Amino acid sequence: MNRRMVAYTIGQIIKLGGILMIFPLIVSAVYVERHCILAFASTIIISLLFGFALTILCKPKNYVIYAKEGFVTVAFAWIILSLLGALPFYISTEVPNFFDAFFETVSGFTTTGSTILSDVESMSRGLLFWRSFTHWIGGMGVLVLMMAILPTDSGRAMHIMRAEMAGPVIGKLVPKIKDTAKILYLIYFILTVVEFLFLLIGGMPVFDSIVHALGTAGTGGFGIKADSIASYSPYLQWVIIAFMLLFSVNFNLYYLLLIKRFSTVFKSTELWTFLGMVLVASGMITYSIYPMYQNFGDSFRHAIFQVSSVMSTTGYASTDFDLWPGLAKGVLFLMMFVGGCAGSTAGGLKMSRVILLCKIVHKDIKKMLHPRSVASVRLEGKNVDNATLNSVTTYFAIYAGMILILFLILSFEPFDFTTNLTAAVTCFNNVGPGFNKIGPMASFGKYSNASKFILSIAMLFGRLEIYPMLLAFYPKTWTRKN
Amino acid sequence: MNIVVAGCGKVGTMIISSFVEEEHNVVAIEKEPSALNEVTNIYDVMGVCGDSTDCDVLTEARIQNCELFVAVTNSDELNMLSCFIARKMGAKHTIARIRKPEYNIKSLSFLREQLGISMAINPELLAAKEMFDILKLPSAVKIETFSGRRFEIVELLLKDNASICGESLMSIRSKMKAKFLVCVVQRGNEVYIPDGNFVLESGDKIGLTAAPTEIQKFLRAAGIDQKQARSIMLLGGSRIAFYLAKMLETTGTTVKIVERSEKKCDDLSENLPKAFIINGDGAQQEVLVEEGLNSLDAFVSLTGMDEENILISIFAASHNVPTVITKVNRSELAEMAAKLGLDRIISPKKIVSNSLVRYARALENSLGSNVESLYKIMDDKAEVLEFNVRSDFKQMDVPLKDIVFKPNILIGGIIRDRKALIPSGNDVIKENDKVIVVAANQRLNDLCDIIMK
Repeated sequence: MNRRMVAYTIGQIIKLGGILMIFPLIVSAVYVERHCILAFASTIIISLLFGFALTILCKPKNYVIYAKEGFVTVAFAWIILSLLGALPFYISTEVPNFFDAFFETVSGFTTTGSTILSDVESMSRGLLFWRSFTHWIGGMGVLVLMMAILPTDSGRAMHIMRAEMAGPVIGKLVPKIKDTAKILYLIYFILTVVEFLFLLIGGMPVFDSIVHALGTAGTGGFGIKADSIASYSPYLQWVIIAFMLLFSVNFNLYYLLLIKRFSTVFKSTELWTFLGMVLVASGMITYSIYPMYQNFGDSFRHAIFQVSSVMSTTGYASTDFDLWPGLAKGVLFLMMFVGGCAGSTAGGLKMSRVILLCKIVHKDIKKMLHPRSVASVRLEGKNVDNATLNSVTTYFAIYAGMILILFLILSFEPFDFTTNLTAAVTCFNNVGPGFNKIGPMASFGKYSNASKFILSIAMLFGRLEIYPMLLAFYPKTWTRKN
Repeated sequence: MNIVVAGCGKVGTMIISSFVEEEHNVVAIEKEPSALNEVTNIYDVMGVCGDSTDCDVLTEARIQNCELFVAVTNSDELNMLSCFIARKMGAKHTIARIRKPEYNIKSLSFLREQLGISMAINPELLAAKEMFDILKLPSAVKIETFSGRRFEIVELLLKDNASICGESLMSIRSKMKAKFLVCVVQRGNEVYIPDGNFVLESGDKIGLTAAPTEIQKFLRAAGIDQKQARSIMLLGGSRIAFYLAKMLETTGTTVKIVERSEKKCDDLSENLPKAFIINGDGAQQEVLVEEGLNSLDAFVSLTGMDEENILISIFAASHNVPTVITKVNRSELAEMAAKLGLDRIISPKKIVSNSLVRYARALENSLGSNVESLYKIMDDKAEVLEFNVRSDFKQMDVPLKDIVFKPNILIGGIIRDRKALIPSGNDVIKENDKVIVVAANQRLNDLCDIIMK
């Protein structure tokens, strides 16, 4: 284990985190919120001191890293960044409980969007901006951002990128990792700006537009209104629907569009399955909630808004879907597991894994009927090798196991079955709201500190796709002989 | 520059590694997912899994905007075919590895022309050429030539009996009539650019630039053995042995090839009428001794196994064979073999990757850089480059002693009007000169890079 290199990279990340906090500092200055200015300024100083200390003291002798170092770096970078990101909430005394502040920041970075705040509208602007900005940073990944803008010291940074990006197979867009990271962030940035403009045109105030654009881009879901998106006009809701879906599409496809490889994009199995699933789920929910609204337009808009919000794992709500009938809630609950496409900012199991799981099941059943048959699994017109298939099934097993364990731990809380189950599912999949006591209009504030901490860790597990966190806390990773 | 490399075997990986070091955009194509994974994990390249003759695969590798396509899969035919397709799909230059002697001897130029292959590389032939150069001048470790053989850089290992050991470069230069310049010295693992006060020790490896005729004079004066090898034994009847024997035949050298397999022996004897072919196991020491190991001028081990080559070379060296050349393909083993005292180690894949790097830099040359040729010496720790002087060089007509160079840079020679010039402090660089620059521990792309800013 090249510990110096791990510490050095984390030091770089902390410095970058400190620099990024200049943006909320500016927002606080614009709105003249003195306690926030102080909170951000002191956090920036702490981050920079800590970051420089690490990079200077741990200047590595060799820059070679392996997969192990990649996983550990990513896990610790995210934990430490969340701890630092929680400081402004705590120092400004707007969130007096540090566990609350940590939960809120992790929820931000992991683009979950679950909140412990019971009264969002009374928060200061600087902190509200920071909450949404963490979505934006966490959506594409802070280490990817580092690769895009800082000179890379190691040619093996692919290990880090793979650990941070979501999906079963991570490829590069262009030969160099730095250029790949730049292209991804450029697409991300441009899409965010476009959404901001669309929201602005629809009459949303500037601050609200920025916050919602950032929240949608990262597929996070922190709102600044107690009723999330419900009080905005249908046009604004449609814009948000469109961008929630756009941000849960594999970003590689946008690059392929840019280099004019249209046919590859239109043949993408994952894309069409994803859109098909959105439509089918929306249809079922429209059918289920039609009696409530007595109007097809409204029913369909609410249905597709909630479906996109849950599948993209954003977590905005255009209405209190906790009041919906069982069928609608059931569909939403299932969609929480699916998530967006691989290589997007969305969380969840990922569309491509779901497709592969179905194909594996199909293949194995066929094999039982025709024991001598030889069948290969194909995705996007390419053969998927057995190693990838195995990793998908293993991932699914760990994923399901972890959600169940999390649910069991949460059951110690004095809440009902639905609340605890959806809390586990929604946090692990980085969706945001659940049902009953943690519905879209409620908060996680009622959970105990211990549960909040466990849920925070669970969100990190979900965002980083389990392995980085699992390996970072696996004793054998750290022993010298292995 | 955008480069696509098809085939991630031993040679492919080595090539990819040197291209990545040169900061090119590299896409690797490989059929075997595990081999591809290995490469993409270690190097900053994009991997495409598939057959390099598949148009879809080539499109995915962005063949349309690639400047250089290199095919080094293990099949000659596949390499040629994929180069042909790549060329038709828009690759500007293509390089194929073609190893079979049949293609190389009879139809190479025809094939190259018909398939639009810019360069055909044959690792075995290149290795054989390098060995041949050493056998011609056995005291040298390595010889590289510049602009039409008007200048050479020779790597020499100073043994105990060399008379120049213990003397400073200045005094050596004043004593000898030969025009030469010691431009780089490797001692242990460190590489130095020496000045006049540098004292040579035995065990140093020195890099010397001079015109070919001057090198002979220098060697004579320095008391370094310079007899051409006349009786040579090759162990292993590989392709390299075949090419090498073919070249040696023309100089009237006695060549003995020891080969284990009877069939290969038959083939060799058919194609090499002048060579002695011995069917025997080279690992058996008696066979070697019986065939006259003790009276050899040079011994070359060329079997397919690195370990065997190293061990038998050590055995030959212990029998006082003056020149022992060892073929070692794996770079880890090459380092260890050097530690064990073998000084002439030749790695075909390294030669290939060096010549490709040279080709890539020359391509960039046409895109704006002015590197004429490039060699890596002293275990790749130093580079020797030949630059064309263009009008944008700022320090034209300034005496060299007044130019402030970057550390670890030396002007090793100037070629003006087809004449080689060993520079002294009063010489100047003029437009259209060719300048040979030695750079230790750094990379140069332009002549202007050598000046301290």
